[in-house]
Amino acid sequence: MPRLNSPKDLADTRLHIRQICREQHTVSPFIYVGMGTCGIAAGAGEVEQTIQKELSAHQIDAEVIPVGCAGMCAREPLVDIQLAGKPRITYANVKPSEIPEIITEHIINGNILTKKAYAQLPEHRHWLEKKSAAENLPSYHELPFYSKQIRIALKNCGMINPESIDDYISQDGYRALSKAVTGMSQEEIITEIKDSGLRGRGGAGFLTGVKWEFCYLAKGQPKFVICNADEGDPGAFMDRSVLEGDPHSLLEGMTIAGYAIGAQEGYIYCRAEYPLAIERLKKAISQAEQYGLLGSNILGTNFHFNLHIKEGAGAFVCGEETALMASIEGRRGEPRPRPPFPAVSGLWEKPSNVNNVKSYAMTPQIILNGSNWFKGMGTERSTGTAVFALTGNIKNTGLIEVPMGITLREIIYEIGGGIPKKKKFKAVQTGGPLGGCLPETALDTPVDFDSLTAAGATMGSGGMIVVDQDTCMVEFARYFLTFASAESCGKCVPCRLGGQRLLEILTRITQGGGTLDDLEEIQYISENMRAASLCALGQLTPGPVMASLRFFREEYEAHIVDKYCPAGVCKGLYSYEILEIQCRGCGLCIKSCPSGAITGSKKEPHVIDQRKCIQCGACYDVCNLEAITVIPKLETIEEIRTNN
Amino acid sequence: MRKNNPRDNPFAEETIDLKHLEKILDEFKGQKGAIIPVLQRAQYVYGYLPKEVLQAISRKTRVPLTRLYGVATFYAQFRLARRGRHIIRVCDGTACHVRGAPQSIEAIGKAFQIEPGGTTPDYKYTLEIVYCIGSCGLAPMAVVNEKVHANIEPDKIVDELKKLD
Repeated sequence: MPRLNSPKDLADTRLHIRQICREQHTVSPFIYVGMGTCGIAAGAGEVEQTIQKELSAHQIDAEVIPVGCAGMCAREPLVDIQLAGKPRITYANVKPSEIPEIITEHIINGNILTKKAYAQLPEHRHWLEKKSAAENLPSYHELPFYSKQIRIALKNCGMINPESIDDYISQDGYRALSKAVTGMSQEEIITEIKDSGLRGRGGAGFLTGVKWEFCYLAKGQPKFVICNADEGDPGAFMDRSVLEGDPHSLLEGMTIAGYAIGAQEGYIYCRAEYPLAIERLKKAISQAEQYGLLGSNILGTNFHFNLHIKEGAGAFVCGEETALMASIEGRRGEPRPRPPFPAVSGLWEKPSNVNNVKSYAMTPQIILNGSNWFKGMGTERSTGTAVFALTGNIKNTGLIEVPMGITLREIIYEIGGGIPKKKKFKAVQTGGPLGGCLPETALDTPVDFDSLTAAGATMGSGGMIVVDQDTCMVEFARYFLTFASAESCGKCVPCRLGGQRLLEILTRITQGGGTLDDLEEIQYISENMRAASLCALGQLTPGPVMASLRFFREEYEAHIVDKYCPAGVCKGLYSYEILEIQCRGCGLCIKSCPSGAITGSKKEPHVIDQRKCIQCGACYDVCNLEAITVIPKLETIEEIRTNN
Repeated sequence: MRKNNPRDNPFAEETIDLKHLEKILDEFKGQKGAIIPVLQRAQYVYGYLPKEVLQAISRKTRVPLTRLYGVATFYAQFRLARRGRHIIRVCDGTACHVRGAPQSIEAIGKAFQIEPGGTTPDYKYTLEIVYCIGSCGLAPMAVVNEKVHANIEPDKIVDELKKLD
């Protein structure tokens, strides 16, 4: 492929690729297999091999295209089949054994295998010939999981081959770059981004355009564009999906940023735990270089821009921008006080612009469609869309992109499908280990930067973990503290010691040794950490504890005063009991009990022998009738009675 | 893709041949801020970062050993001790945690007599706890060597591990 030396070259290439694709389509079917980390973990590798085997057995000439994550993690592996003039049909939870039937029926006989088909995408690749929708099969936008979503950062994820720059170009890829470097001045781009109201998707929510302007106005050369892809929050995989599913959108966004602020070098700081993302980024960079979309004289202009990948080495704190830059420089990833801000003195003390993956990935769309289009979505002060990784005790786990201002309730019950196994919703944690949890009463909070902060949580970079009645909020907070305090870099005292002390107190409470004074102590330490820590890690570490103490104080008090864990999680602070009225004597619990503590004859209520019970919870999990409940430990009840 | 499986390279055994360092150091010669990639590559070759290797890097790059040690101990990725042939990484990220990862960790620990972070005396298994591999939809999960195990259960994962040679 020759270099593209002008916007016209790019436009010609796009038309050319579309033409080839149209021709290919008339002769061979297209099969898309979801091959993100999540798909591969669910068995997509084996599924893909079986497809290849089956195709060669039938001597079918088909295009098998690996795609990134389409967001429906709970339905992986996903296989999509598209025949000429027909919509793209999605098959979900595909097992290798089902491949022969799908291929025979769909590709050879030309009929959709209705019992296995999950949804259809008639609008896929709008530039292909007009496609008629299949009957009796929901479109993606009719699925509850997708109906409320608007995909900007995830536009191409799961739709195109992330390893093919041609596929990206065919979907209007690099058009924004072409528009920016040949038709817009640096100031015009910055104004457009500022007007769009785009706020940093990493969590802090600072206006991206303003950040770019600071860096643009800063004196000193060279300048650097840095992408923070050190996604370390447990329960978050938004950035990984973009990197794996649509790496070119990040490259394009960063290159536009480079042009706008006057930088010629860029770094992508990606965590080493994402090997597939790194591999795809490398491939994408080399393809873009070959096409002249990266490197010297981009699209025939005087603009030069090079991108480098820096692999992280496993330190959560490197998600903080000053620590991240220290790490790129080859030092310990310890944050430093700001100011000076990176825009003035960043990497190697030069002006640097650090943004999150999603902020860059949204940039090309804003340049292409204009700031008004972006502003038209979301709320007044939080424009556009937000990407969330929806996980925990929820039916439809997956990756979603929703307009800002949508309520938590809509996300959890409509998109997420609610809580599985007839359990009750208890809390939702946004912002990961540095965020906070919100109870049921807060479910109508609109999801945007300011409302979530006001409600007591944070937007964070997009982790959203839903927990049900079986989660102990004290243990949950303790878990986050274990993570955050272990990741403290140790440079500043409030974070290093505060986190440890908080963890000790919470551990004590979960073991039944807490006192009511501990709650005051938590408050005191938390406020000091918030006020005095050097970086966001220390300032936000107490977040989960403070939020759960605010909304679930009675649970803390139950642990301390009654020595009782109402959720039945903290060992030694609860026991199980069978409710006579509910129990029909089916015997499932007897079979599940590893210590032989349950007895009872058939169709008669069973009984747990508390002396034998080890509180493993096997009976609780296996009972379909909700006959087993969590109660305070009998000896604790007696002890409290005698003391009173 | 880079392989982390120490079985694939002969140098994970006790003999430490410093010859292999030269190539790595040549590749990064003159590059600013290359310490972390150099250490990453060295660890890939040797399986961990032996004292001799750190000393040699320090001599060649003129970066003080104290600074190298500082960097190597700061990042979770770097190891200063030899590890087992099979690396078991069980995720205890939020999603995995609420879906029962601790039970699997406990079961593995009991079955092979190892603490998280520890290695069996015969250098067969190393157990590590990681926080989020980014596939929370399939929680709880574990990565054994390079293979991803989704929706793990205590007994099944132990059985799988016992099958490894």
